[in-house]
Amino acid sequence: MKTTFRPLNRERYSPMWQIVISRVREFYREPEALFWVYGFPILMVVGLGIAFRNQPIEKITVDVEAGPRAAEVVETLAGNSRFVVAAFSDEQSRLRLRTGKTDLVVSVASDTQPHYEFLYDPSRPPSLLARNAVDDALERAAGRQDVATVTEQEFNEPGGRYIDFLVPGLLGMSLMGGGMWGVGFVTVDMRIRKLLKRFLATPMRKSDFLAGIMASRMLFMVPEVIVLVLFARLVFDVRVFGSILAVIFLILLGAVMFSGLGLLMAARPRTLEAVSGLMNLVMLPMWMLSGIFFSSDRFPDFVQPLIKLLPLTSLIDSLRAVMQDGASLASQWSPIALMVAWSVVSFAAALKWFRWV
Amino acid sequence: MHGSLPPAIRCTDLVKRYDGRPPVDAVRGLDLEIAQGECFGLLGPNGAGKTTTIEILEGLLTATSGQVEVLGLAWTRADHEIRQRIGISLQETRLSEKLTVLETVTLFRSFYRQGYSPADVLARVSLEEKANSLVGKLSGGQKQRLAVATAIVGDPELLFLDEPTTGLDPQSRRQLWEIIREIRSAGRTVLLTTHYMDEAERLCDRVAIVDHGRVIALGTPHDLILSLGGEHMIEFTLENGAGSHLPVREELTALPGVIAAGQENGLIGLSVSEPHVVLPALLDYLQRHGCPLKSLTTRHASLEDVFVKLAGRHIDESQASEP
Repeated sequence: MKTTFRPLNRERYSPMWQIVISRVREFYREPEALFWVYGFPILMVVGLGIAFRNQPIEKITVDVEAGPRAAEVVETLAGNSRFVVAAFSDEQSRLRLRTGKTDLVVSVASDTQPHYEFLYDPSRPPSLLARNAVDDALERAAGRQDVATVTEQEFNEPGGRYIDFLVPGLLGMSLMGGGMWGVGFVTVDMRIRKLLKRFLATPMRKSDFLAGIMASRMLFMVPEVIVLVLFARLVFDVRVFGSILAVIFLILLGAVMFSGLGLLMAARPRTLEAVSGLMNLVMLPMWMLSGIFFSSDRFPDFVQPLIKLLPLTSLIDSLRAVMQDGASLASQWSPIALMVAWSVVSFAAALKWFRWV
Repeated sequence: MHGSLPPAIRCTDLVKRYDGRPPVDAVRGLDLEIAQGECFGLLGPNGAGKTTTIEILEGLLTATSGQVEVLGLAWTRADHEIRQRIGISLQETRLSEKLTVLETVTLFRSFYRQGYSPADVLARVSLEEKANSLVGKLSGGQKQRLAVATAIVGDPELLFLDEPTTGLDPQSRRQLWEIIREIRSAGRTVLLTTHYMDEAERLCDRVAIVDHGRVIALGTPHDLILSLGGEHMIEFTLENGAGSHLPVREELTALPGVIAAGQENGLIGLSVSEPHVVLPALLDYLQRHGCPLKSLTTRHASLEDVFVKLAGRHIDESQASEP
């Protein structure tokens, strides 16, 4: 079985490109991974979109305590279609109030003047709403005249709704999760398989490897982000008020930063359990504090400096500023500088502490 | 033969101690000098320190003390240069199962400034037909040949193979031997570890037999076998309850042409140089003492016999986990 060989070739292959393309191939040949990376964010937006859709005005449930003039009150309130009203015994209506089946119980005092007693829990917003609406309706029925004219206009413009606030938060969360898990798990898995040791045994440059792993993560992130943003635009009409290029820049920077952090988390651990624990530990404060679902301004002042330092806070705040408020990139220099710093520090630290064997 | 070239590998007084309670001395003062163009085997039981030694030489582990030179260069001073010129196949690397054979070799090729084209390397290890198969679908022997392909794709001057045929079927082992012989005949240096005596005997120009972290014998397989005094072994067993008189070692050694005698689990072995002289005398001896033969074989002495003589046990019996 003698084989003749062509002369040596000095053709240069780009190691970083080879690492990236290998990662991409491994990724798309793993259908389960495809679902978690691309299916999951869509499910998330759909779920939250349903939960936070603009709801029609809710009905107000009112019980009237049975008594001589109860029928009269029921009739008055039934004139307004917002009210779902019925008469119940004292005992029944209290039970219904306690179990949240009704918002308000009205009892009629037997005075000559109209006199009503409201029974409700003032800490429950629906009860409070019911109390005011019923009060208003009964006062008018008793002959109250409004002195000022009020006209109403509904506010429901794209940019100002909760979903507009939520989408940049979800984008940030997805970049964080994808970067950390995507890079961290893959890297520790290669360590377990002794593939890192095998690479160390070649002249491969370590920075090529780490940069290749980060770059492949960037590539996987592109469809993920496009899916999320397109879905939000088409289904919920979530618009970008600032420059699209600025948004793309922030997303790329966020992806670099979180894959750098993922690499840092994966620098030492020798088991998948260890790296998962470490990543959850690092991500937990950001899930809670960085304002994914509600503004981080709600936390007390003394933790604000700390919250502002978190990588995810910088990303979400600047994304919101550009997407919702149309802010310029220049105005976001401080979160951007912070993200650049996080990226550089985590990549350098990962390169320094990385365990190959 | 290569007077002007530095040795492919030279190490002196190599020591590796793994910290722990108690500390483990995996390598205890090991010297080696391997010339360029040689196929050299580190032979020994599991736990003898072979893998620790080869990984120190490969620059993947640091020695506790001792000097190492690879192709005349020293680790930590010239790492990148050495890595460009050596090729390594580790024990138990799991290459990515979702890449094809060709993709895997191309990835490894990209790390070297020069070398063979990926397709040529696959031809060299007879995996051309598997070029587009996923690594996960390969058999054990094919995976091992792929591991060798990734080690030789940069056309290394020095190739390290750690247990290249462990766990393979006989046919796959022969295929790998053929590949290693070709590399050797192309003038490359090969250092391999093995616990298969026959492998070392057939493949290696010289072997170092390693036990408990030290070299206990060094030389060509032929010289090591000659050092036994006899190149042949006569082994026999006796029928059970064969009279009261069992052969006495001294009496057996006194037979004409017998160099040494030993017994293990009822198998009596004689090291001899000329079987045709010994056999008649032996049969006569057994006849006189009323010891009926159950079986008798003669064979060439092997490195196994060398190990038994030096270490006082068989290689397979000294199972201990390698650190």
